[in-house]
Amino acid sequence: MCTMISNTVGVRGAAKGRPGWFSITKATVGFDHPVNGGLEHAVLLDFSNYDLDAGARIAVELDLASARALVDKLTAAVAAAEAGGFAPDSETWR
Amino acid sequence: MWNSFRTDGQVSIATQIITYPVGGEQIHAYVARPQGEGPFPGVVVVHHMPGWDEFYQEFTERLARHGYLAICPDLYCRFGHGTSDDVTALVRSQGGVHDETVVADCGAALAWLKAQPACSGKVGIIGSCSGGRHAVLVASRVPGFAAVVDLWGGGVIASPDQLSPARPVAPIDLTKDLNAPLLGIFGNDDRSPTPEQVNMHEAELRKLGKRYEFHRYDGAGHGFFYYHTPAYRPEQAMNAWNKIFAFFKEHLQG
Repeated sequence: MCTMISNTVGVRGAAKGRPGWFSITKATVGFDHPVNGGLEHAVLLDFSNYDLDAGARIAVELDLASARALVDKLTAAVAAAEAGGFAPDSETWR
Repeated sequence: MWNSFRTDGQVSIATQIITYPVGGEQIHAYVARPQGEGPFPGVVVVHHMPGWDEFYQEFTERLARHGYLAICPDLYCRFGHGTSDDVTALVRSQGGVHDETVVADCGAALAWLKAQPACSGKVGIIGSCSGGRHAVLVASRVPGFAAVVDLWGGGVIASPDQLSPARPVAPIDLTKDLNAPLLGIFGNDDRSPTPEQVNMHEAELRKLGKRYEFHRYDGAGHGFFYYHTPAYRPEQAMNAWNKIFAFFKEHLQG
């Protein structure tokens, strides 16, 4: 890593790519060189399950403005779910 | 110089994927060698953060075409195999490749080169991006290199909060132990390293009386050799490649 910016959190959920759905165990958020796109650096978001294989991931590369907007929408969706009583903490991914 | 071959000259190369020993493990590497008996100077090629990819295979081949027996270790091979971007993401999820394994793998690559009958025994090391930092780190930790080339290595200078278990030291702090001449190539629009960080590195080299030459390019940022990306700056890149060939010629062929 050139920037040394990378954070990983354990998650429970599922992701869908070309091979179909698979369970995911980690989300990694980095800021470094993207594989695609015209940016020197980008927010790199990986949802992965490396217990399956190195290719078991969904990769997203975003510019900073898009990442900020996504954070706002994630925060808003979680807040709305909590406010509406739709997602008690006891309900976790199975 | 680039593209200065005689049309009736011998410029063929042979390439191969090999494994070589590091401790009790076998490390995966791409090797490119010039045609002929040699002896050829050697170069350890340190790939960048985006991994052991097609760019680095072609980079290794370019050095072989210019007369160097070149080996590019797959520094991520302990993590597993897949496409280079998938393996790189896996490495990123685990905090990056550890400096200690990079030093071990590149030190063993130096030993592998020196053991080859076709190698002259003079060996340099070159890398870009994280590989530039690693090249400086390895040359500061492992004796025996005759030349080191840092292409825009980010993180040679690091604040305490930027150090991590995988990167516990800032290579600038090992400058006193760097005993090979250093060529540095940088873009003035780069943000890692910034021009200010390049100046700080140069000041440390000068203070300690180290042999170095730094070249800074206007109109270029990070990764300006990468012809597969918009960062590519052909004029600056080809000028810098010729600086590399001249530097290796002076220190590895003299």
